[in-house]
Amino acid sequence: MFEAIAFYLFAFLTTVMFFIAVTTTQALHALTALAAGMIFISAFFFILGADFLGAIQIVVYSGAVMALYAFGMMFFDTTRDVKEKNGNKYIVFGLSILAAVLVVVIFAAPMVTNNIVALHPMIEGAGNTQELGMVLFTKYLVPFEVAAVMLLVAMVSGIVLAGKKMDLSLTLMSDAEIIDAKKEQHKKVL
Amino acid sequence: MDVAYLIETVIKVVVVLLIFSALAGIGTYFERKVLAFMQRRLGPMNVGPYGLLQVAADGVKLFTKEDIIPSNVVPNIFKIAPVITAATAFMAAAAIPFLPQFTLFSYTVHPIVADINIGILYVLGMMGVGLYGPLLGGMASANKFSLLSAARGAAVFISYEVVTGLSILAPIMIVGSLSLVDFNAYQSGGITHWLVWSQPVAFVLFWIAAFAETGRTPFHLIANDHEIIDGFGTEYSGMRWGLFFIGEYANMFFISFVIPLLFLGGYGDGSMLGALGLLGKMAFFFFFFLWTRAAWPDVRPDQLMWLCWKVLMPIAVINIVITGLVMMF
Repeated sequence: MFEAIAFYLFAFLTTVMFFIAVTTTQALHALTALAAGMIFISAFFFILGADFLGAIQIVVYSGAVMALYAFGMMFFDTTRDVKEKNGNKYIVFGLSILAAVLVVVIFAAPMVTNNIVALHPMIEGAGNTQELGMVLFTKYLVPFEVAAVMLLVAMVSGIVLAGKKMDLSLTLMSDAEIIDAKKEQHKKVL
Repeated sequence: MDVAYLIETVIKVVVVLLIFSALAGIGTYFERKVLAFMQRRLGPMNVGPYGLLQVAADGVKLFTKEDIIPSNVVPNIFKIAPVITAATAFMAAAAIPFLPQFTLFSYTVHPIVADINIGILYVLGMMGVGLYGPLLGGMASANKFSLLSAARGAAVFISYEVVTGLSILAPIMIVGSLSLVDFNAYQSGGITHWLVWSQPVAFVLFWIAAFAETGRTPFHLIANDHEIIDGFGTEYSGMRWGLFFIGEYANMFFISFVIPLLFLGGYGDGSMLGALGLLGKMAFFFFFFLWTRAAWPDVRPDQLMWLCWKVLMPIAVINIVITGLVMMF
């Protein structure tokens, strides 16, 4: 009974939060609703007994949305409403409803025909952290490593984009050029 | 789910809430006294014997002050921000075992609200969410200094969460569990079994990061004191400001429980002496927060970032690699 109450409560809260995040014109309201929704989703993991995933959901998404706040701070005056440029409302609503229905059908179709089987049954005596580790490093090792490589690429490109004078290579420059570059730097400081 | 369990949990929640709200108040008294003695002053002396009733006087002041919502703020977010700080601080307490289990009137009491098997991850995650309070409070205020403080809060959060996570990873690898009760059981063999001997680097890193997580001096730049304002709390008054305070002090108490539980043996074998030992260690770490505030200046934001990304994070990663290699061979 408690599970059912908790499920419906958090289902309602999550839906309301994401609805606010989409419809409001206040940047701060939208971001806060997004963060709250992300944290409420972790409740479903806890209800299902996947404690580790629930805690990770909180840790990862609270940090990720925090980064969004930082952008919000840079781009908007967050205490004022944002003027949104809305196109044809009917097309937007129609397409988003269609997309939502499609996603639900894609995920619900195998369940209706009972095609979903647990490929990795629970191992007796292992906690869900260990279970996750076993699945991640056996069946899903390749996607896991690919994700790691993608994150590495993203990190390197982020450093290149944010770094200054990345197109210059000190090893390829002559000494005179390096001295010139240093002088240039000092000029800027002064 | 039986009724006895439900009642027990509710009682535990109420007890933790009451004790730590009261402790947060008394903590401010301790802080003022300790700071005063370290600076050769007397501190609060006028209200009650040795100024002990100062806490009550402050409480009356906070509760009876007018609750002002300035005109240009975002009202909903402005109102909810202090509640987030206080609430998440107490939510984090749910997975902390404050004492070993004891028997009261032939009924075994586990002084932990919920013994989930990912305790430490949950505690740190919740404490991280607590930093949304300063962030939202600062961003909702129509005040540039509050906004600046919120920006610093976000920067500290994003950086030091990394150090906290990486520093406890090595102890977790050794213990093989995320539960604080398991951490305690691993170290229950006495002082030679403490994790601080095998993981001194992780201990120091976690301790440093704890200062950033609670926003205490030398990382107190979230509430920029040197601008002679109170950072994100500038526009707050009355009990809303008080909630920020309760959250901060409760967080200090909880992290002072978590550090000994992780590295210094916790409550040991669960005897009376062990329980007193945990309280003693907690008191030391709380005192250390106050001591640092009296003895150290704040660091600049750029120094804070330099320390996090160029010193602490590489050390934490190297620590994990070495621990992994030692455990493998």
